[in-house]
Amino acid sequence: MLRLYSVPRSLFTDYQMKGTHLGEFEELVLLTIAALVNDAYSVAIRDELAKHADRPVKLGVVHAVLNRLERKGYVKSRLGEATSVRGGKRKRYYTVTSAGRAALVRAKEIRDNLWNVIPEFSFKNT
Amino acid sequence: MMARREPQPPRWAQRLLSWYCRPELAEDLEGDLNEMFDRNVRERGPFRAKVIYCLDVIKFCRPYTIRRPNVLTLIPNMIMLGSYFKSATRSIARSKLFSAINIVGLSVGMSVGLLLIAMLTDILSYDRFHENRDRIYRVTSQFQRQGDLISGHMATTSLLAGKEIKESLAGIEDVAVIHRGFMGDITYGEKVVPFGGLMADESFFNVFSFKLLHGNPATALKEPFSIVLTETFARKLFGEENAVGKTVLVWGRDFSVTGVVQDPPKFSHMRFDVLGSLSTRTITEKDNPYEMLWENIWNAYAYVLLPPNSSPESLQQRLDEICRRKANAVASGYVQLGLQPMENIVIGQNLGNQIGPYMGSTVVWVFSAMTLVVILSACFNYTNLSTARSFRRLKEVGIRKTIGAVKGNLLVQFVTESVVIALLALIFAVGIFVIIRPHFISMEYSLQEMLVMDLSPQLIGLFILFALLVGVAAGFFPALFFSRLSAVSLFKGGSGRPSFRGITARKILVVFQFVISIMFISGTVVIYDQYKHFLSYDLGYNTENILNIRLGDNKADALKNELSKLPEVAGQSQSQLVMSVGNYFYTFMKNPSDPNDSAQVYYNRVDENFLPLHDFKLIAGRNFNPKSPEDSTEREVIVSSSVLRRFNLGADDPSKAIGAVVNIDHTDLQIVGVVEDFHYGRVNNATNKEVVFRQLMPEEAKYLNVKFVTNDLRRAYEKVEQIWSGLDSNHPLQAKFLDDQLEESFRGFSASVKAGGFIAVLVVCIASLGLLGMVIYTSEIRLREMSIRKVFGASEVGILYRLARGFMLLLGVSIAIAIPLTFLFFDRILLPGVANHAPLTWFEMVSGAVVILTLAALMILSQTLKVARSKPAEVLRTE
Repeated sequence: MLRLYSVPRSLFTDYQMKGTHLGEFEELVLLTIAALVNDAYSVAIRDELAKHADRPVKLGVVHAVLNRLERKGYVKSRLGEATSVRGGKRKRYYTVTSAGRAALVRAKEIRDNLWNVIPEFSFKNT
Repeated sequence: MMARREPQPPRWAQRLLSWYCRPELAEDLEGDLNEMFDRNVRERGPFRAKVIYCLDVIKFCRPYTIRRPNVLTLIPNMIMLGSYFKSATRSIARSKLFSAINIVGLSVGMSVGLLLIAMLTDILSYDRFHENRDRIYRVTSQFQRQGDLISGHMATTSLLAGKEIKESLAGIEDVAVIHRGFMGDITYGEKVVPFGGLMADESFFNVFSFKLLHGNPATALKEPFSIVLTETFARKLFGEENAVGKTVLVWGRDFSVTGVVQDPPKFSHMRFDVLGSLSTRTITEKDNPYEMLWENIWNAYAYVLLPPNSSPESLQQRLDEICRRKANAVASGYVQLGLQPMENIVIGQNLGNQIGPYMGSTVVWVFSAMTLVVILSACFNYTNLSTARSFRRLKEVGIRKTIGAVKGNLLVQFVTESVVIALLALIFAVGIFVIIRPHFISMEYSLQEMLVMDLSPQLIGLFILFALLVGVAAGFFPALFFSRLSAVSLFKGGSGRPSFRGITARKILVVFQFVISIMFISGTVVIYDQYKHFLSYDLGYNTENILNIRLGDNKADALKNELSKLPEVAGQSQSQLVMSVGNYFYTFMKNPSDPNDSAQVYYNRVDENFLPLHDFKLIAGRNFNPKSPEDSTEREVIVSSSVLRRFNLGADDPSKAIGAVVNIDHTDLQIVGVVEDFHYGRVNNATNKEVVFRQLMPEEAKYLNVKFVTNDLRRAYEKVEQIWSGLDSNHPLQAKFLDDQLEESFRGFSASVKAGGFIAVLVVCIASLGLLGMVIYTSEIRLREMSIRKVFGASEVGILYRLARGFMLLLGVSIAIAIPLTFLFFDRILLPGVANHAPLTWFEMVSGAVVILTLAALMILSQTLKVARSKPAEVLRTE
């Protein structure tokens, strides 16, 4: 009976990897959302990113990434109240989910671990 | 005070976004774009903000934002399309007469469009089989002499240029050098087969993608006296035997067959039966001083293959450098080399000395422009008739709107109707296309060479696409007109009815059609008159009843002997070329009084019988003295009076120039006679008056000129043919009457007359159909009005006048526009470039107007008479 469930593990993990991998830019966007707390909507995220990352960020790219993050389950979104600015259109606010938080922590851990194994002299020499 | 309006994002971009974007994402996206827009307005100004907005809308079009097609919205659309189709067929069937007028008009117009599409498809499929076609460039040349152009741009170049490029191969993958004029007879055993072909070097099969079936492509054309045959030619010569390795006799020398190449495809700009190795010429032409001359740019072609991703500009710079370096080699001028991409060979620059068939881009542009005019004219008919008759559909539109049709629905409905009509017209148009295709292709020799125009599935697909396009173009304005009507005003009736809108636009369209018709008719008549004028032009010598026989390799004497026995033959002479048809041989002549001065003179070599046979007018001196065949020194020359003027010889009296010694081609020749100026070139070419006649050397005789005195030239020709076949059984007789050759040299004119006439007929047909439709319609709706007028005592003439007045006014306006336009076009633009043209006549200018007036009067009368003669009692009975 056990055999029935022995799905090849590599297949399963591949799928997982593809679905949950956190890219560099995705990580930045996720961090920005976390930093903006209750005010995280597309244009604000773009501005904040542009300020910190010191490079022009296209709104279209931010949108695409937000969409991807939401599909991966790292953020969730809700529509705000209609106001007179933005031509009366509502904003879509994003918040980081617990899965998102876990992914951020894991990404940080991987980095910290790698930083820790770098022998100190390897940077001093260059 | 009104608040100043805030700048708004462009409406069309907003609509585009909400059209393609998923509804659940749309609101947020729109909001973001609005926010960015407001910010950009403040920071960069409204214009930049709008541009950025539009760009962003386009950039947001990503897979995840695009709306998935919804089955639920598609189904009603499909159902509605069916319904539109049904109502379209019903409305077409309801008014059969007008549908017929529309369909016939559109199909006539579309048939020309189909011709153009088929022609372009054929032309664009040329040279597609060459794998490296994007990287192949042909070297073109131009010979300049002290600032004047001696030649136009030539497709040919010098052998030396090919060699130079080949030797400095840096930055070039390969160069194929080709020499034209490899023709004659191939003898194998008993078999003698005439051939035409090219001489090419070993790079030929590397640069081009002609497939070598047997033999080694790298070496087949390397060794001297190698020959490669096409499949068909090899079969003709050897049957089923293997051709490679066989030895054949060409030009009296042994050539070995080193390969068999697949026949060049139909759509190849280069055609040949046989390829000889170019290295052969290094042996056969060893003593030819012209062979490797820098300015001998008339007979060779060089095709350069560039490496991938390299630009022709750098190569052009190097060519310029070579030209500058070589400039000293040519004391009398400068040769400029250029590059022509392969895709421009068949359609593009008008170059001289083409290697095979080509079509000038001007021809294509003119034809496209004419086609567009014809199609537009046909579309206007539809537009005019359907808007004019719009009030018959107003109730329908009103009801549709009331039960919920929006603008878009009505737009699609009416466009569907016109598309259905266009598709019906396509059926007739294809019929017309099939009928006129052979006439079109045979109109001009070069078209025959180039075009096939087979109805392939791909072509039929293009035709259907074209019909859809025409349908949309014809129906769009009427559809827009109907969809914009408001339902309320439709039911109100009264003077505010919209059917009377757009009358001015309609009048303009009608005037346009008639102006075009008149111009086409007059233009065709003008060109026809010019053609006749040039054919009957006095060339300065007699061209009647003279048959020019191409001698080929045969000696003239035997033929001459046989021909002189014919009673019809009045005289015979020999010459090197046929004049006045566009053949030019030129050389340079030194001024006897000023050794530093030399000028270009055109020449023909003739024997002592030539001048009397053609009735040239000798104004001083004498004809050539007969020469014995063994005597091969050239001593005498006869010049035209323009030559005397050019060199200031003999002042005012030509007889003083007799005896003067001039130097031509390093030979001193004595002027023995002076002929009056005549047309050496074609009549529509004003230059080349300076002509010299030189003595004919026996091996240079290319033509035998035979003068007949008979009423039955056909019979005489048959006799000549018999004699010829008795002397040379391998080659058919190539002979043409001089008058026919002159006519042929103006075949460009006759082709224009045919094409112009054909298009004129079409345009007139279309315009007349449109007018007929309008007249029928107007007399229909004014039938009651006219009947009432009759009851009150109006005369028939008065009613005729009332109905016809509007149309006649339009015709008058068209004539007033068309005649001056035609006159200006020919007088200022076209004819000044044509030398010796006939003056424009009144008849030519008025002809178009007369034809159109007659046709229009017929059509208007036929309909209005019906109204004028109708019995009021019958018409008004039903009121």
